[in-house]
Amino acid sequence: MPAYPADRPNDPDTSALVERIPGWGVDADPADRPAVPKELPVGPAPGVHWQVPEEQPGREGRERSNEHAFLPPVFGTSTPMGGLSGIVRRRAYRFSEARAAHWLILLAADRVAATEAHVRSFAEGRPDNPITETGVKAELTHHGWSSRVGAKRADNNHAWIDPILVGGPWVAATVVAGLAGRAAVRGARRR
Amino acid sequence: MRAMVYRGPYKVRVEEKPVPRIEHPNDAIVRVTHAAICGSDLHLYHGMMPDTRPGMTFGHEFIGVVEKVGGSVRNLRVGDRVMVPFNVYCGTCYFCARGLYSNCHNVNPNATAVGGIYGYSHTCGGYDGGQAEFVRVPFADVGPSVIPEWMDPEDALLLTDALATGYFGAQLADIRPGETVIVFGAGPVGLYAARSAWFMGAGRVIVIDHLEYRLEKARSFAFAETYNFAEYDDIVVHLKNITDNIGADRVIDAVGAEADGNFLQHVTAAKLKLQGGSPVALNWAIDSVRKGGTVSVMGAYGPIFSAVKFGDALNKGLTINMNQCPVKRQWPRLFDHIRNGYLKPNDIVTHRIPLEHIAEGYHIFSSKLDGCVKPIIVAEG
Repeated sequence: MPAYPADRPNDPDTSALVERIPGWGVDADPADRPAVPKELPVGPAPGVHWQVPEEQPGREGRERSNEHAFLPPVFGTSTPMGGLSGIVRRRAYRFSEARAAHWLILLAADRVAATEAHVRSFAEGRPDNPITETGVKAELTHHGWSSRVGAKRADNNHAWIDPILVGGPWVAATVVAGLAGRAAVRGARRR
Repeated sequence: MRAMVYRGPYKVRVEEKPVPRIEHPNDAIVRVTHAAICGSDLHLYHGMMPDTRPGMTFGHEFIGVVEKVGGSVRNLRVGDRVMVPFNVYCGTCYFCARGLYSNCHNVNPNATAVGGIYGYSHTCGGYDGGQAEFVRVPFADVGPSVIPEWMDPEDALLLTDALATGYFGAQLADIRPGETVIVFGAGPVGLYAARSAWFMGAGRVIVIDHLEYRLEKARSFAFAETYNFAEYDDIVVHLKNITDNIGADRVIDAVGAEADGNFLQHVTAAKLKLQGGSPVALNWAIDSVRKGGTVSVMGAYGPIFSAVKFGDALNKGLTINMNQCPVKRQWPRLFDHIRNGYLKPNDIVTHRIPLEHIAEGYHIFSSKLDGCVKPIIVAEG
């Protein structure tokens, strides 16, 4: 009756590795690795010359997780909240990071914000261009066909979804705008 | 200045934006000379990371030249060539004081579960990133380092995240000499993790992916034994069969949120955003490691729940180690390894793309076209 033994039957032979692989074993000592121990003895990081970081100005209205006791001293100012998406985001920040509602509302706000950005791009005279902004031209210049066809790629079974995700809303918006325009014209003729 | 700008899922463009200004006395403004697109940027690009706002500039891998410094900056001067870790960190909070620089508590108002990361949504602090001509670098006395004269700029760029993270992932796996290590994912981080596993004395390194050209790179760059999971009905059974039906001692998930290999998991996570990430590679890691073994996770996942097989992890008595990489802790040793010729980081760079063509760069990397392993953005002129 077969049984599993105490040792691996096929332990790797390491005798030739040091010749074959540059640097083999240079970090072999588990205690002598940069990430060990995980937590270092308490002390400021190299370069620090302050006790407490100064506060960055512009703190008013800056959203924060309700798991923070206060607004941390330094923060990013990339893209402040605004518009309808900003209202939705503020709602999300009422929930802690532990709540699915926090993240799902933020994801919803992201979609609202993308729509706002697209609409605004028309108003600003630089409309979004789904051809150039998706970089899809690279399909023609960087072997789009040959990179996929004939290769055993696991992503080939869902690649068809991407054009729908990207182009679908644009097609839907065009259809809705067309229908609305036609209805408006018909309404005007009736009058 | 010219900067990459996110416009919504799958859409980016280059726009004029104001040059960033000093907002805190320890800020620096860096003129970017090299940036990279990271695999984790694709999670943003695909709209998976909550609170990713149109108008944000991505890019947490960059190097450049100091253009301006704030009033309290002592360790950098205008004109210094600097490499900047992807972590924004203060150096003095509870976590930084213990070396957990990627978990800084003083730089991210938006979330307590993650530190600050350049160009990585408001969930990671709302900082613009380096896929631009200029970038604001907070805590300039703590994060950035002057690039050594002898270092290739592209190697310096790769040290800001991908190489440091791959090396860190191999350390998280707690590899002992002679052990068998499986790395899921032959992207940049997976390649570096596989190469680093040998530094730690691994006896056997196996890399799993579904892209043949990346597996070829895993063989040539990382000296790994490779398998294409798309060629197997059940890759876990195959891995068990080639590891004495015991499993590997240590397994590294270097894939993260957009793992392929299970249609339902991938679509619910990457397309429908109903999971924080598609945990296919993570579940395979849990199933292919031996009982009592270690799973290392440094592939990035979003903050929403994911369908992870914790029951198997529990019943097998696994240790799961994970974190975002505290980059600067890895640098001195990696500088030595590069200088000693143990590896040449930019051997994995396949595409050098001008900023103005960044939309094509994202598409090529996202769709895995043209043999793309690592695209970097180079400044023009």
